[in-house]
Amino acid sequence: MADRLAMSPTATLAVGVRAPTADIYAPQWRNVIFVAPFLFFFTTLLLFPLLWGMWLSFHKADTFSSGNFVGLGNYARLYHDKVFLQSIWNTFYFVLLTVPTLALIGLFLALCLNRRTRTAAVLRTLFFSSSVLSVTIVTLIWRIVFIPNVGLLSTIYGWFGATAPAFISDPSLAMVGIAIATIWWCIGLPMMLFLSALQQIPQDIYEAAALDNANRWQTLRSITLPSIKRTFILVIIIQIVLQFQLFGQAWLMTRGGPNNLTKPIVLYIYDTAFRRWDLGLGAAASEILFILILVAAMAQYLVTRSRGDQA
Amino acid sequence: MTADIEIRNVSKQFGAMTVLDHLSLSIRAREFIVFLGPSGCGKSTLLRMIAGLEAVDSGEIAINNERIDHLPPGKRGIAMVFQSYALYPHMTVRDNMAFGLANIGVPGKVIEARINEAARMLEMPHLLDRKPGQLSGGQRQRVAIGRAIVKEPKAFLFDEPLSNLDAALRTRTRIELAQLHQRLQSTMIFVTHDQVEAMTLADRIVVMNNRKIDQIGTPMEIYERPATKFVAGFVGAPAMNFVDATLDRYGKNATARFADGVSVQTEIASSQLTDGKYTFGIRSEDVRIVAAGQGNAGGVVDVLERLGERTLIYARLGDGQQIVGSDAGNSRVAVGDRIGLAFDGQKSHLFNETGRAWHAREA
Repeated sequence: MADRLAMSPTATLAVGVRAPTADIYAPQWRNVIFVAPFLFFFTTLLLFPLLWGMWLSFHKADTFSSGNFVGLGNYARLYHDKVFLQSIWNTFYFVLLTVPTLALIGLFLALCLNRRTRTAAVLRTLFFSSSVLSVTIVTLIWRIVFIPNVGLLSTIYGWFGATAPAFISDPSLAMVGIAIATIWWCIGLPMMLFLSALQQIPQDIYEAAALDNANRWQTLRSITLPSIKRTFILVIIIQIVLQFQLFGQAWLMTRGGPNNLTKPIVLYIYDTAFRRWDLGLGAAASEILFILILVAAMAQYLVTRSRGDQA
Repeated sequence: MTADIEIRNVSKQFGAMTVLDHLSLSIRAREFIVFLGPSGCGKSTLLRMIAGLEAVDSGEIAINNERIDHLPPGKRGIAMVFQSYALYPHMTVRDNMAFGLANIGVPGKVIEARINEAARMLEMPHLLDRKPGQLSGGQRQRVAIGRAIVKEPKAFLFDEPLSNLDAALRTRTRIELAQLHQRLQSTMIFVTHDQVEAMTLADRIVVMNNRKIDQIGTPMEIYERPATKFVAGFVGAPAMNFVDATLDRYGKNATARFADGVSVQTEIASSQLTDGKYTFGIRSEDVRIVAAGQGNAGGVVDVLERLGERTLIYARLGDGQQIVGSDAGNSRVAVGDRIGLAFDGQKSHLFNETGRAWHAREA
């Protein structure tokens, strides 16, 4: 455009006339006023705590004193702490149990409920409604479901003369129990994200596919799924970030037991920093969690992006 | 491969609203048919019913004497080009074109050959490995047409395919479509609200209005002998002049009299006409500009539109009605001038209150 303008004599004239006009996109300092409120809260509530946490992680600190610089001492202690290593493994295991399941069930529900019927609208509300509950209510509900002998699960198994699996006390099942409660609690958001993505797909692409003889499976595989790929990545990243921060469910359902098998990193941080008041160690564990989330989310993003998506 | 298409007594309702009302139409093999009409006249719905994207509420649609209205879209042997092109955004051009063929199990080599042939025909071999997002509007249009061609359908359906293109590209693509039709010798149905597209492309135009077909005819039939006042007003730019008139039916041919006393001797046989209110119609090119005091009527020039090869002159008659006349490109007439208007009786039309038209006897 600029080249072409420069070529023609009349255009040069036009540029000459326009020159005195101020460039409305030029930076102006008073524009800072508009971002100042955000910057204030961003700095005080996010940036400052983040940097302070990093600073703390290199110090031996408790509630009464903070100051002794210990370098990577806190990180070294974590490296040798079996409970911490166990909590990392627990967290990964939990993320592995929940994130793919949430994405797949969310997608499945969205595909089923993406229609304009009344039933679909009611079911959408129903599936989303669990998301508005607090973690206390959610865990209470699932504790009642899982209670041995009198719980809902035991009752149902009882009808068939079977014994229900002990989701809270069995070491190999406790994390699965927490995962089930979490999936039930969190399924609303992925479903809604997928629904909105599905509704963005232009209808005429489906009409073209119908004229192209695509059956339901071909349409799903070749039209629908590629069209919502970005949302799929978004859901995975959001859920990774959320589920890495597991705390409430584990704390309220199992207290991290049996034998620390359901103790996630955040619970370890809570124990260390606010029950044993070893703030430096807690801060160091927080930094590791921060890096883990960052790496997991970035890896997901980079892997999917490098496959080339120029839709 | 080509096909004749028979539409018999087809109706369509959306809820309580009737969109198409008992409509029948025969389309001959290899014919280029254009459905022309204003927005909401049902032309796109009719096309989508032929494609199978809308159900037929009553009536039948047959291709080569086989009923197809109960078949799914893919089994009707037709291809469609959408207004928005409807390309699959995540597939390359090649995959877009191959998708429909692969779905019905056409061997890979045949698919490849057909794609290359279509790409050569549409001059787009260099685009095959790009994705729709990397193409311009005109290129996407080509891909959409290419995707239809490779299917070797019995009939092509076009749903306002040129309306998203800029003016220059629209003209070029229009010519290319005409050439494509000559080369493929396929039945083509083209929906548009643009009368220039209809006039230039069609073998026959189907003018639709208000749930019904107003007229079916060749472009020149539609232009010169419109069946209704709607067709007369809709086809042609500027729109035909309409003036309320009373008729003098004493002679062999009727004479139209305007409110201000102007009279025009038409060549429309008096014997066909009955009593009642009439509207006199004449196209701008059949109204010559003459010196004031001459011709059928006199007026004052309101507006001039210089189109280059001719000048359109909007003149106000004594009774306030506006008439558009046509003069040479270098016309000396200026706004405010008093001029005379000469109406060509041979090219005059009369419309009764229901909109039915009468024309001069055919020469």
